[in-house]
Amino acid sequence: MNTKVKSACEMCAHFNADGLKKLGIHTDNFDFVVALAGNPNTGKSTVFNALTGLRQHTGNWPGKTVTRAEGGFEYNTQKFKLVDLPGTYSLLSTSEDEEAARDFILFGKPNVTVIVVDANRLERNLNLVLQILEITDRVVLCLNLMDEAKRNHISIDVRTLSRDLGIPVVPTSARFSEGIPELIQTISEIANGNIVCKPHKIKSVPNNIEKAVKTLANEIEKEFPNIPNSRWIAFRLLEGDTQIINALKAGQLV
Amino acid sequence: MNQKNIDYIIELSNELRWQIGDDFHDNLTESIYADAANIVKDTVQVDNSKKRFRLDSKIDKIVTSKTFGFPIMFLILGLVLWLTIVGANYPSSLLASLLLDNMHPILKSGAASIGTPWWLDGFLIDGVYLAVAWVIAVMLPPMAIFFPMFTLLEDFGYLPRVAFNLDSLFKKSGAHGKQALTMSMGFGCNAAGVVATRIIDSPRERLIAIITNNFSLCNGRWPTQILIATIFIGAVVPGSYSSIVSLLAVIGVAVLGMGFMFGVSWALSKTLLKGEVSTFNLELPPYRPPRFWKTIYTSLIDRTAIVLWRAIVFAAPAGAVIWLISNIYVGNESIAEWTINSLDSFGFLLGLNGVILLAYIVAIPANEIVIPTILMLTVLVTGIDSGAGAGVMFELDSMNATGDILRAGGWTLLTAINLMLFSLLHNPCSTTIYTIYKETKSTKWTVFASIMPVILGFIVTFLVAQVWRIIF
Repeated sequence: MNTKVKSACEMCAHFNADGLKKLGIHTDNFDFVVALAGNPNTGKSTVFNALTGLRQHTGNWPGKTVTRAEGGFEYNTQKFKLVDLPGTYSLLSTSEDEEAARDFILFGKPNVTVIVVDANRLERNLNLVLQILEITDRVVLCLNLMDEAKRNHISIDVRTLSRDLGIPVVPTSARFSEGIPELIQTISEIANGNIVCKPHKIKSVPNNIEKAVKTLANEIEKEFPNIPNSRWIAFRLLEGDTQIINALKAGQLV
Repeated sequence: MNQKNIDYIIELSNELRWQIGDDFHDNLTESIYADAANIVKDTVQVDNSKKRFRLDSKIDKIVTSKTFGFPIMFLILGLVLWLTIVGANYPSSLLASLLLDNMHPILKSGAASIGTPWWLDGFLIDGVYLAVAWVIAVMLPPMAIFFPMFTLLEDFGYLPRVAFNLDSLFKKSGAHGKQALTMSMGFGCNAAGVVATRIIDSPRERLIAIITNNFSLCNGRWPTQILIATIFIGAVVPGSYSSIVSLLAVIGVAVLGMGFMFGVSWALSKTLLKGEVSTFNLELPPYRPPRFWKTIYTSLIDRTAIVLWRAIVFAAPAGAVIWLISNIYVGNESIAEWTINSLDSFGFLLGLNGVILLAYIVAIPANEIVIPTILMLTVLVTGIDSGAGAGVMFELDSMNATGDILRAGGWTLLTAINLMLFSLLHNPCSTTIYTIYKETKSTKWTVFASIMPVILGFIVTFLVAQVWRIIF
């Protein structure tokens, strides 16, 4: 019988398929926390289901996930807890779901953040990606809906994208479980520090703003050495974000 | 951490904020977009020689058009209902004959052979078992057809188009356009619809959506509508038209419910919940051909099984209660008879009767058991001998027999119409009430959302009954 090979990664010696165990909702004593972020309707819940073996209801309409869903998987004897965040277009405004997503990435300090993007609408999706890259540097981009992109005659240079963003990029079609083994492998490598990201920082900032941000970021780094997101905190302080100002005062940002 | 340094940082940020001016937020957003555009330019290639999204936009032009949008919506709703009505018949009678005609006598004789006392045997087998069996026989087949079809439509991406079509109507009634999505969820289950209102940001509009979700006919009420429409309204016209007429009657009630949703939303937004309508972006996602078997499987396992389980959990104690109130006597009358007699005159005013009102009290936990309760109580009052004892819920072999019993209980076309109206307009089931409380955290609004539909139901059935009696 001819068994279909889903991906090269599954056959690869580095990917240990036997080491994978989907844990469903049993997430006690986990080793790592993984956050799942992304725009609405990019298939986050489908990726979540594919990773955890859960059957969290998915639907083709934006905003399907209204509660924060949690699940888990075990890979190479390490337990990963997965948190499915509500879909948002941005983290800059103050609607309830955007705040929930931002707070989890900022204060929940996930070991890895998976950003699920729609390969068909990459440019618009990058808005959120670039914002998250300012907050955390342990990110993998899950380039989802590749099957639809193919149908729409869109081709994406994954390697260049990965180099430009400074993070690993894994193309997937989560509905068909394609690319999920690669995603799991990448998540595990980031969590264990085998892959170190050098995330893209927002570049096209006008000079006067860039100068102000730098001054402020330097001061923040003086006070908190090794902080990964001094620039982002500077952005928020300049914006006058009271929540961040209070968090800074309370020392919650480190 | 040094508090003085933190204060310095914040002071510095205040100072710098003055220097860089008001455009900071816009500038930052623009920078992000510029970066995104640069990255995409280097990495994404689109073959423009082949048209993209062509089919999607063609479908959208039709299903969201002013002329065809609404007719297509009703056509799809009608088709789903028709398939549910027609398809559920056969498995329903099969399950009924298995669980009720065959299993029930076996259990009874089994209980008799081991000498179970009559009250225990009656309480457990005639009360609890029969209620559960009835719910499975009547609820499972339509749910197993309705839910997968609904899920297929959802996965395909049709729901946002419905929201798009209804958006202007909701806006005119002072509500949020996304309420169309929560309304659609309510057609499956009101409790699910109430939870889904979390997608609405504005608390005012969310509250409106929660309060009015009960006007979406839920899964527990579709079978009641379908059964009564088939027996009474379909019977008014010649046989060949009866199924289409009963279908239209059911759709009519569903649309009336939507009418009430708009009306009550409008009234609320003009009185108790005044405020501006918030704008929002509704994204029409691409159509995605559903993964047919996977969708069928998950919707059967998740939705159908969960809702069925809930129905069973509530039906079991309700069956026990029915059996008890029919078999506990105060003086010469059982509690059930006494209640029915005292509710009868009020029921008459509404074009209903005491049996129906009592059935709705018993069925507060789950709408699914209204019809079997009504049948059982009617038999009790009219004294028709159906072969079963007091307080025994049963399924009748044919719809004709059901109709005969109800007519013997004094039912007319008016009773049927008003029952359908009251089934639409009454309090939410206990699960939904609890969900409303959990979501609003407000006793006041929970009570309001529970009482308001009943009062509306009383008013509407009363008016219909009075007008009907003047005309006929």
